[in-house]
Amino acid sequence: MSVQVRIPTILRPYSGGAAEVDVQGDTLREVLASLESSCPGISARVLDDAGQLRRFVNLYVDDDDVRFLEGLDTPVRVGAKVSIIPAVAGG
Amino acid sequence: MTVLTHPLSAAGADLDAAQVGNARWLACRECAATYPLDASFACFECFGPLEVSYLPVSVTRQSITSGPASMWRYQDLLPVEPGADTRPGLQPGLTPLVRADNLARVLGARAVWVKDDSGNPTHSFKDRVVAVAIENARRLGYRTIACASTGNLANAVAAAAARAGLASVVFVPSNLEAGKIVTTAVYGGTLVAVDGTYDDVNRLCTEVAAARGWGFVNVNLRPYYAEGSKTVGFEIAEQLGWRLPDAVVSPVASGSLLTKVDKAFREFIALGLVDSHPTRIFGAQATGCSPVAQAYRAGHDVVAPVRPDTIAKSLAIGNPADGPYALDVVRRTGGAIADVSDAEIVDGIRLLAQTEGIFAETAGGVVVATYRKLLQQGIIDPDAEVVLLNTGDGLKTLDAVQAHCQPTITVPGSFEAFEAAYQGVSA
Repeated sequence: MSVQVRIPTILRPYSGGAAEVDVQGDTLREVLASLESSCPGISARVLDDAGQLRRFVNLYVDDDDVRFLEGLDTPVRVGAKVSIIPAVAGG
Repeated sequence: MTVLTHPLSAAGADLDAAQVGNARWLACRECAATYPLDASFACFECFGPLEVSYLPVSVTRQSITSGPASMWRYQDLLPVEPGADTRPGLQPGLTPLVRADNLARVLGARAVWVKDDSGNPTHSFKDRVVAVAIENARRLGYRTIACASTGNLANAVAAAAARAGLASVVFVPSNLEAGKIVTTAVYGGTLVAVDGTYDDVNRLCTEVAAARGWGFVNVNLRPYYAEGSKTVGFEIAEQLGWRLPDAVVSPVASGSLLTKVDKAFREFIALGLVDSHPTRIFGAQATGCSPVAQAYRAGHDVVAPVRPDTIAKSLAIGNPADGPYALDVVRRTGGAIADVSDAEIVDGIRLLAQTEGIFAETAGGVVVATYRKLLQQGIIDPDAEVVLLNTGDGLKTLDAVQAHCQPTITVPGSFEAFEAAYQGVSA
């Protein structure tokens, strides 16, 4: 089994329109690297030039915001769902 | 100028040339990429928030005062097609700016006003933002409007949808105050109670917005919606006699209102409607949900999310979308962001009620208590002319003060019994 990444609409041009992409990785950082090899260009949309999570992107491993966990070092178990969600909604 | 075609744009080519009133583009606040005026909220280059930008506009005091007796008197400065006041809507705005001399006396301050937005049709400032969002929902062809809400927005969306003849789907945390459930459900529409925090609701709505053809006022219509908050600032300036105050204390949930009040003041200065004046903008949060205040104190320009735990549920956003911009505004204007405990919030509600006859919801209590704290700490000068924003009505959050607000005495219905009991009260 692998890790399933849910792709937000604004990033689907990089995934060929797919809403979900299966990738590999034991940490979120590895998951994003695997995603980049499947969907070239996508990681630069999620991470800034310093390799940090952009401030208007929320990443979730299953239901948990990774900013409450270990950020990009958050462990990702086999079968987990990773969601990339724009952060500018609400209020 | 390069205009990008947004992948979310259903009709990008048609919208490329569109102008909505004096609005012309959506521009990313982070990287300045521009987009047509469609249902987009996040930059596809960097995920930054999109904001409406306008063509040069000419507005005079006379053109405003001869306009409608509602927020639509400022429609030339909003992203709406002309004639917004003639279309079905709640016609919010022009709420009272109350000179709060009694409150000022108690606090040892010279000049305090309360901008009392509980005077709006559904009793909160959210009627303003929804009015602008609905104008754009209609323009973009949506038949259903939706939102993620901590309560006040739920009321405003459900009511405005009813007036406009649109369907509504409103998402709220399931632990919301009973009053806010009733005051949403009564308008009909679909009310979805979500087991989770507001931030969970917000995440869900972001996903639902991408999957369904609904106009979410604070997701895919957010750039338009947010502009509605400028009218709070416009009205303050007009009601003060076309001038700006020394300071404003705004509640902070997402941070959007605070930033838009500042924007309104800058727009009025740029248009020559008021003299330039350095207004310091202060933010107020509940300690139980104070991510922006914490970032302010720590000197950070990003906001680490928190898990909310406060009676001020209308401010209980742990991951505030406009937090970084609220920090920018308070630092640029020489303001600050502070927070107060739940007990201080209750004291703030009661103080405003007892001095000015204004029953604020918890967010208003946060503002009054924060103002008192900033005065005590010497951060706000007691001689400063200050406007406090009361964004909602205390009738919606009765639970917060119920334990403190009970009959003074309970007596049998006889004159003798009253006289006997009242002597104890008046002694």
